Amino acid sequence: GPDPLITEVQGWASGLGDGVDATPYGLPIEYEADVVRRNVEWLTADTISSINFTPIHALDGTITPQGCAFERHHSGAIELRKEDYRLMINGLVDTPLVFSYADLERFPREQHVYFCECAANTGMEWAGSQLNGAQFTHGMIHNMEYTGVSLRTLLTEAGLDAAGDLKDKWVYVEGADASSNGRSIPMEKALDDCLVAFKANGEALRMEHGYPVRLVVPGWEGNMWVKWLRRIEVMDGPVESREETSKYTDTLEDGTSRKWTWVMDAKSVVTSPSPQSPIKHGHGPVVITGLAWSGHGKITRVDVSKDGGMTWETARLAKDGENKALTRFYLDTEWNGEDWLLQSRAMDETGYVQPTKEQLREVRGLNSIYHNNCIQTWHVKPNGEAENVEVS
Amino acid sequence: DRNIAKVPADLQKLGALSPNALAALEAEKAPAKAEVADATTGDAARGGLVAAAYADEGGAGKNFGLGRVAMPEEIAAWDVDVRPDGTGLPDGSGNAFDGEEIFEENCASCHGSFAEGVDNWPKLAGGDGSLADEDPLKTVGSYWPYLSTVFDYVNRSMPFGNAQSLSADEVYAITAYILYSNDIIDDEFELSKETFLDVEMPNAGGFIVDDRAETEYTIWRTEPCMENCKDAQPEITMRATVLDVTPEEEGMEEDHAAAEAAPAQEAAAVEVAAAAEEAPAEEAPAEVAVAALDPAMVKAGEKVFKKCKACHQVGEGAKNRSGPHLNGVVGRAIGSIDGFKYSGTMADMGGEWTEEKLAEFLADPRGSVKGTRMAFAGLKKSDDIAAVTAYLKSFDP
Repeated sequence: GPDPLITEVQGWASGLGDGVDATPYGLPIEYEADVVRRNVEWLTADTISSINFTPIHALDGTITPQGCAFERHHSGAIELRKEDYRLMINGLVDTPLVFSYADLERFPREQHVYFCECAANTGMEWAGSQLNGAQFTHGMIHNMEYTGVSLRTLLTEAGLDAAGDLKDKWVYVEGADASSNGRSIPMEKALDDCLVAFKANGEALRMEHGYPVRLVVPGWEGNMWVKWLRRIEVMDGPVESREETSKYTDTLEDGTSRKWTWVMDAKSVVTSPSPQSPIKHGHGPVVITGLAWSGHGKITRVDVSKDGGMTWETARLAKDGENKALTRFYLDTEWNGEDWLLQSRAMDETGYVQPTKEQLREVRGLNSIYHNNCIQTWHVKPNGEAENVEVS
Repeated sequence: DRNIAKVPADLQKLGALSPNALAALEAEKAPAKAEVADATTGDAARGGLVAAAYADEGGAGKNFGLGRVAMPEEIAAWDVDVRPDGTGLPDGSGNAFDGEEIFEENCASCHGSFAEGVDNWPKLAGGDGSLADEDPLKTVGSYWPYLSTVFDYVNRSMPFGNAQSLSADEVYAITAYILYSNDIIDDEFELSKETFLDVEMPNAGGFIVDDRAETEYTIWRTEPCMENCKDAQPEITMRATVLDVTPEEEGMEEDHAAAEAAPAQEAAAVEVAAAAEEAPAEEAPAEVAVAALDPAMVKAGEKVFKKCKACHQVGEGAKNRSGPHLNGVVGRAIGSIDGFKYSGTMADMGGEWTEEKLAEFLADPRGSVKGTRMAFAGLKKSDDIAAVTAYLKSFDP
């Protein structure tokens, strides 16, 4: 019979809705309550020093809303007022300086979209398929439009004549929270594209992302994007802090470990269909979609396979790839209840092709934890459900 | 000097840098920059802005005269990082013999009495020779290449929830105890600036600089296969659902009625203040007792509780961690949570946690309950104790 939603007058079509200002700063409508960050409790000892995951399976486009962008804290998200914020630049500079938040807003600003990916993203999948959902396997990533001052501008303000030859110099960047997270960055990178950011997606950074100021290190692992940035020291060598020795180093099969593995290589994942985003609409047209990114630059191509990597077809990029930012891809196709072994494979402007898990394991073994950018497989079943699997 | 690292030459190959970044900056450096005020004299700092000290160069790379000179005391307060060659180490010393007690008080609740780790918290000792194993155990002894990292991390970031509270002597002693637990030094070795570089870290030679450019990129930068890419039709070799370790998704399969009910539950748990102010008439009978608490006090207590959160959980679904969960702790029998390993003293104490007893304990944990495992210095302000008590009372048993 006719659809009562059409033939009968509905409450929303005759009564009144909320007035303006009902929610001065809004959250998503309640029907989207499942689109939230989630953590995996067994991963860490406590949520204060832990990580959660962006619900990438439920988002589209490329910009990650701050409210559901993954969080990683080492000593919890702190409340630091702009008025109490100080940024120090010291070390091998002509004049060690202290900036207030207001000072930072007086420098010329830049605006860029960049992805931020935790080096451990997909790290639980080295030994086999483990977590059943794109959010959990690939959700340690977000992509935002940042506004801030280039690190180069601030270093120039302090003066680098005292540093002499810049080629073997480093900057050490450090956060204001109790973890005092600090990382050493080669001067070349510091002067290239690092950003001292105070806005994301047009609004102030959220507390969990380092309000009021964080460092943006495009294309490099998220741990270097120091939150609550309070100090920048120009040095003649790296500090070799805890986060660049004990953690964020990649152990190979023979027991030696790679260090300074900063760049995030090209990677992609199908976000839908996927285990948390099954096909619910029956046979016929279906949109396969996902995300691709590369710390080396722009994504140039994404291929999709439905048969576990035997044959590939090139997907449509929603927009041309952008430098060190997420690219959305679509494959508009048909599904008639067949089994799919769904994969995506990214290529970037350097010609780098996203490797298979076997290729990665051959070089690195199973224990490197970080930088797992393997091709992911979802098994889409005749009932439309999907599962995280590995294939021969 | 092994401690002064060069920037890896293959950075360019990694493709992450624009090649002219350094050259451009060199070109921007002004040939005749005006003399800058000497920071060490403090004159400029007292004078405020350094704007006058800079010539206006115009164009790219110019100075804006923003910010002020950092004073020596300020730099000394924040610039405490320690480097592999020992640069930055403070005066002081300590040995493992003294360190054992300090470690027990400050570190053992998470890292174990012998640095062997508790629950999911990091193990700091053991794992020698395990790095090539199927399941490597990475500890200070088996993995960390530099002793400076241990000192630096303990000094700046530990204890968890009470960072930067240790004296230099205590940090030296804790560092020595961790080394001793790894059989790297004996318990009389006096660790100090002078002896620091005498310690050899077992895995110092275990690291190589990122070599992906040679070992991976050269292989993977090729035109990919599009047809008949495998010898045989791919088959499934492993399934995530067999392991079944994926978290259940609350809300994922629930209907909207459940979602609508959620805010009310949250209000009862955390936003007591807001609930009491905005919707007193709608409160369920069960929440009346909760509402009797001073909302401002509860709110203040929530902040104080941040000091406790590293070890204690409270609220819906709270579990035992390093410390027992605290739901309904006021009025609860002391040492009564099943499955939590209390100290002998706590287990045998008897009685219940009255507000008075709790206040006494929180003011001086180790003084009031000798032998308690709670490694917390205590709350100095009675206001904080009252607030955190109110906060804890806002949760049902």
